[in-house]
Amino acid sequence: MNTICIMCPMGCPLEITESGNVIVVKGNTCKRGTDYGVQEYSAPKRVVTSLVHTETGKVVSVKTAELIDKKIIFNVLDALKNIRIKLPIKIGDVIIHNVCGSGVNIVATSSIE
Amino acid sequence: MKYDVVIIGGGPAGMAAAISAYEQGSSVAVFERDTRLGGILNQCIHNGFGLHYFKEELTGPEYAERFRAKVKDSNIAVYLEAMVLTIDKENMTITAITPSCGFMEVEAGAIILAMGCRERTAGAINLTGTRPAGVYTAGMAQRLSNINGYMVGKKVVVLGSGDIGLIMARRMTFEGAEVKMVLELMPYSSGLKRNIVQCLDDYNIPLKYSYTVTRIVGRKRVEGIFIAPVDEKLRPFTDKEEYVECDTLLLSVGLIPENDLVSGMGIEMSPITAGAVVDENRQTSLKGIFSAGNVLHVHDLVDNVSAEGAIAGVAAAKYAKGELIEGKAYAAIAEKGVRYVLPQKVYSGAGKVKLYFRVGAVYKNARLIVASGGENVVTKKYMILSPGEMESVELDKSKINGDIVLSLEV
Repeated sequence: MNTICIMCPMGCPLEITESGNVIVVKGNTCKRGTDYGVQEYSAPKRVVTSLVHTETGKVVSVKTAELIDKKIIFNVLDALKNIRIKLPIKIGDVIIHNVCGSGVNIVATSSIE
Repeated sequence: MKYDVVIIGGGPAGMAAAISAYEQGSSVAVFERDTRLGGILNQCIHNGFGLHYFKEELTGPEYAERFRAKVKDSNIAVYLEAMVLTIDKENMTITAITPSCGFMEVEAGAIILAMGCRERTAGAINLTGTRPAGVYTAGMAQRLSNINGYMVGKKVVVLGSGDIGLIMARRMTFEGAEVKMVLELMPYSSGLKRNIVQCLDDYNIPLKYSYTVTRIVGRKRVEGIFIAPVDEKLRPFTDKEEYVECDTLLLSVGLIPENDLVSGMGIEMSPITAGAVVDENRQTSLKGIFSAGNVLHVHDLVDNVSAEGAIAGVAAAKYAKGELIEGKAYAAIAEKGVRYVLPQKVYSGAGKVKLYFRVGAVYKNARLIVASGGENVVTKKYMILSPGEMESVELDKSKINGDIVLSLEV
């Protein structure tokens, strides 16, 4: 796969391949690029931030409390779309436990009364 | 009514300034036009804030809450839904209107401008065509989506690859919209690499460099747009126009410090930053009036905004007490490749001063040279410098023996 390293503003174009059981990163100009390339190739992860609707129509901003597998981002978003939460909500309140079986909670990032 | 320090704007710069001034023992008032403190951070629900300031990655509302909580714990007076109307520089008073107090006149020992910036609009970039609904600045769309819970469109094109545009491309995708493409007039993006990868590449949204929108089509609602590549002078090749069907156009085409309140006051302004010319205390050319955050110069990291607010807060508190010591002044000047330096004036004395600067183009393997009185006092190597990333260099004040010049050696 091809991607751009995001570890610094250089933005080295990375070419990542697998031969045998070894992941080979090419195009980087420093060690951080190798680590990033291996991570992006083997198990890319992201923090997902989005919104949930409340019963009153207001929205509350939320995030995954930790990094989640990039592959399940849209499953997580679907889970968020289907709920209507009750107010008040405080920063850090758990909105969904163990979202999509990821072991990661969805937590509120804003307090709404 | 009188306060030692009056702060106009309750975003990240204003909140940091307020807390720092308060910690100096000053009586402080913040005037904020929104219904709560936090400014634009409240609508920036994505993460990536605070890595430098808090050493952890927060979303915008979380970052804002850290400061809001500190303000709440203090005796800082906060006026919400407040509109500051005028500043009287001779008497050091401001007038404002708030729902709770009506019209009010407030005396100030020092004033800090922290009004932030606003987005350039379709008019600002001379966008032609019809004027239907569906053309938004990216930040406006962000507010409608993230604060009000509205979906602004279903088929979206983003013009401009600044960070807000990139973030909104992902946000709209998350809300179920089809983001067809992001167009960038320049051959490079002013947005962070991380945002290009995680907001566009992750969702297969194409980014077309050296492209612009030539016309908007649609009577009541946007029906589509014409796009075209541009030449090196940024003029579109009209014979290469193509039509893109969409119902929404988001503009992420630059930010302008919101200095309308002080226009005509006689504050010396920088034509490059569109903010005030300031000294290392972030004091403007008018004594007792300070400026910090995006109203001073547009930042890319809120962490730097908070740091700047804190500098202004401490200095304004000292000024109000008559304890601000300045020393001999020297100019800080940008040359060869460096677009601007801030502050534009530094003082001799003890300790260190941090100079923030931006470059004019992308430079690889460049050396920054800081000279004072014709002598090189600091050199710093960079693998890359880009216009989108503000850099800083620290200078030992004992080495200052003349005007300071920052230049690049490529």
